[in-house]
Amino acid sequence: MAELTLTDIAKHFGDAAALKSVTTTMRDGEFLALLGPSGCGKSTLLRLLAGFEHPTKGSIRIGDREVANAASRLNVPPEDRNIGIVFQSYALWPHMSVRRNVGYPLEIRRLSKAEREARIDAALAATALEPYGDRMPSDLSGGQRQRVALARCLVSDPTAVLLDEPLANLDVALRASMQAVFSDFHRRTTATMVYVTHDQAEAMAMADRIAVMNNGVIVQLDTPEALYARPRSRFVAEFIGEGAVVPLTGATQSDTGAEATLLGARLKVETDTALPAFACLRPENLTIAETGDIRARVERVTYLGGRYRLNLTAASGEALVTQSATRLTPGDQIGLALSAPWAFAAA
Amino acid sequence: MSLVATNSSSSRSEGRLLSLALALAVLITLAPVARLFLEGITAGGSLNPGFFTEVVAKPATLSALRHSLVTAGLGTVISVLIGGTFAFLVALTDLRRKGALVFCLMIPMMIPPQITALSWTQVLGPSSVFLKTLGLAPPIGAPQPLYSSGGIIFLLGIQHTSIIFLTLRAGLRAIPQEVVEAARISGAKGFRIWGQIVLPLSLSSLLAGIAITFVTALGNFGIPAMLGIPAGYSTLPTLIYQRLASMGSTVLAEVAVLAILIGLVATLGILLQRFFQRRQRVHLVGSTGQPLAIPLSKARLPVEIALWAVICAILVLPMLGLLATSLVPAYGVPLRLDTISLSGWHEVLFRQPVTQRAFVNSFALSISAATLLMALCLPLAWLMDRHKTPLGRAFDSLLDLPYALPGVVLAIAMILLLINLPFTEATLYGTIWIIFLAYLARFFAVMFRPVQSSLRQLDPSMDEAAQSVGAPLSRRLRDIILPLSAPSAAAGAILVFLTAFNELTVSALLWSSGTETLGVVIFNLDDSGETVMASAVAMTIVFVVMFLMAVIQATSRRLPKGVVPWQN
Repeated sequence: MAELTLTDIAKHFGDAAALKSVTTTMRDGEFLALLGPSGCGKSTLLRLLAGFEHPTKGSIRIGDREVANAASRLNVPPEDRNIGIVFQSYALWPHMSVRRNVGYPLEIRRLSKAEREARIDAALAATALEPYGDRMPSDLSGGQRQRVALARCLVSDPTAVLLDEPLANLDVALRASMQAVFSDFHRRTTATMVYVTHDQAEAMAMADRIAVMNNGVIVQLDTPEALYARPRSRFVAEFIGEGAVVPLTGATQSDTGAEATLLGARLKVETDTALPAFACLRPENLTIAETGDIRARVERVTYLGGRYRLNLTAASGEALVTQSATRLTPGDQIGLALSAPWAFAAA
Repeated sequence: MSLVATNSSSSRSEGRLLSLALALAVLITLAPVARLFLEGITAGGSLNPGFFTEVVAKPATLSALRHSLVTAGLGTVISVLIGGTFAFLVALTDLRRKGALVFCLMIPMMIPPQITALSWTQVLGPSSVFLKTLGLAPPIGAPQPLYSSGGIIFLLGIQHTSIIFLTLRAGLRAIPQEVVEAARISGAKGFRIWGQIVLPLSLSSLLAGIAITFVTALGNFGIPAMLGIPAGYSTLPTLIYQRLASMGSTVLAEVAVLAILIGLVATLGILLQRFFQRRQRVHLVGSTGQPLAIPLSKARLPVEIALWAVICAILVLPMLGLLATSLVPAYGVPLRLDTISLSGWHEVLFRQPVTQRAFVNSFALSISAATLLMALCLPLAWLMDRHKTPLGRAFDSLLDLPYALPGVVLAIAMILLLINLPFTEATLYGTIWIIFLAYLARFFAVMFRPVQSSLRQLDPSMDEAAQSVGAPLSRRLRDIILPLSAPSAAAGAILVFLTAFNELTVSALLWSSGTETLGVVIFNLDDSGETVMASAVAMTIVFVVMFLMAVIQATSRRLPKGVVPWQN
């Protein structure tokens, strides 16, 4: 198990920069999610860690071993990095049985037959696959294939496990149970895991920390709770969770806290910067109250099961989102009380 | 620095292997073409453009060129009429037994042209055993109607029907189903859908098909040789053959000019085909779900009967004619229960040393060509897909040339390249090796393309997964790539075997006593009047062809898309 360190990593494909400058450390034993919209560079980052791509700039260390360095043109090939990968397509070899798939890494390492069998059995047991050892991959369900891919990773004791959108091909019900499998796997092995996804719910559910990526850079690396409650940029605020981002003016700091003008009202805000420019209004920051701070008009009502999502337009023109326990009608005028929203500086 | 060297060993060994395989492949496929091109510039040994124009301006050349263009052009028209009708009906409507129909339509493509020609001459004409048996034979002395430009055109048309069919059907399959459904919802019916939606969308594939059919017909040697030479009607390929056969290598410079001439016309066609193929790819995007099945309702049964009748006429009838001829004791005797005889079969299979030698030669040549090409193409296709180098890309766009160019062109190129081995006094001309090397060049694309298309469909993470668990290049090739692409490689190898086994055009110019191939033997037997024996050999080949095609067909469900040429 080891720490993964990236120093000033950039990757260009021709003229296009997939990664611009990434410096970060993935801690030993942590479950880190790389989250971002498609094309943000998260998969490229994963493939750089695995060694399938070579960085255009910067260096990568696994533990204290340097595996890639653009300056010295060092690129340890993937087969010598001892990293496990779970692919989106599972990449099970269709011509090998489940046992052979799982045992192949040990064949390469020339382990004795007895030790090989023992470790395959252990890996199959850990992924609840004991009854399926002699099946072919084509005879397995999606979830079972995913577990075979995981077992194949597990069997060779990799220093880190990389997962490339492993749940993207599974249906919703199976996703939830596979999330539990991954979390258990992580707890038991304490392997460093890097998990690429575009699904924030998946990242929130499993990761210790999430690196939100956009346009080839990591825009914020934080715990799921911090990302939700204290986004540092408009992109993160809008990408994570529901809510609206509105501009604010006239921010002042005092002993009792910060205040600012937003949506035409003077309000208390939470912030850790001297000059915040935007506020993030989550549904829970807005309470329907006739005597509230601002007025808004209901634009659209969506039933979510047990509650309704309201898309609103504030009197000052901004679009807002909140929830209510009762159905309202589009066109209704309502009052909203605002409870100390999070304010941040970057656009 | 030593650290760098050891650590990037994997991608370096891949790079080295790629360079090596690529160099070998270029040498095999492109060196002959380059050699011929060089001959074109320095015609006759020195830079001499006058010689080129002198040869081209000869009346014999001009008349052969005219004959070539006329027969190839009108033959293509016939191919378009038959192949186009089949393609539209099979791809768009709810016909039954489409698979069987397509398979039968493909057989004429796989049967070598000289056998097609031989079989048709056995159906028509005064000495046709088939007609005699039915009592329909024209009186003795009546001309064989196929020994004419019309006969050549007709048979070229039938022979290449499947090329139009395949390219057009591929284009039709790329048309998103929704496009046609939207037209039907808008109220369009029958021929309106065809004329206003389907035809415009598939026009590029049709034109690409026409271009490549024309090139193939232009290069066809078997049909004009069997039908045109008796009638004194020469096309460029048969003119080259006749000049070389009568004068030997002394006229090499002259026939090289003729080969370049036909090569130029063919190249024009190939460029046209590529242009249209690219256009087709650009403007059609969207999901192609279910194949189309527009109901023909009441017209379905009559249409089916008509299509199967065409199959009967172009496949079953000539084969019956061939079979009938092979079963009589002497040419001209009608086939009856009391005259039926296997003596022709016995003679060619067990008595004639020439035919036995030809069987051995053709088997050995095709099996070794298929094996060697498989061993070369598999790693090469995989490495070229993984490492996109400029040289690899250039080779990719040129490797079809030896197959697409007319066979006589390649044969002349091989003679030029190998008649004097560089730095030695040795020559390969007249040995079996020149035929073997020509086969390697000609059928490289036949092996390479199926393997390439199957490797491209292979999920790259299959290989990456093996790499991430520590498997080096050699292990990955052996454990992952080879088993996963083996079915396609086997199908490719069978196709190479099939085409090489039947081949006439290349060996007709390269054979000498002792190195006869089956194609040459049929041609020579027929030429010397041994029609019964020629028919028996031809029939044997037809059985081998149909058997191997059936093997591929039976396994086709397990093969990736694009591997079996007559499917998808």
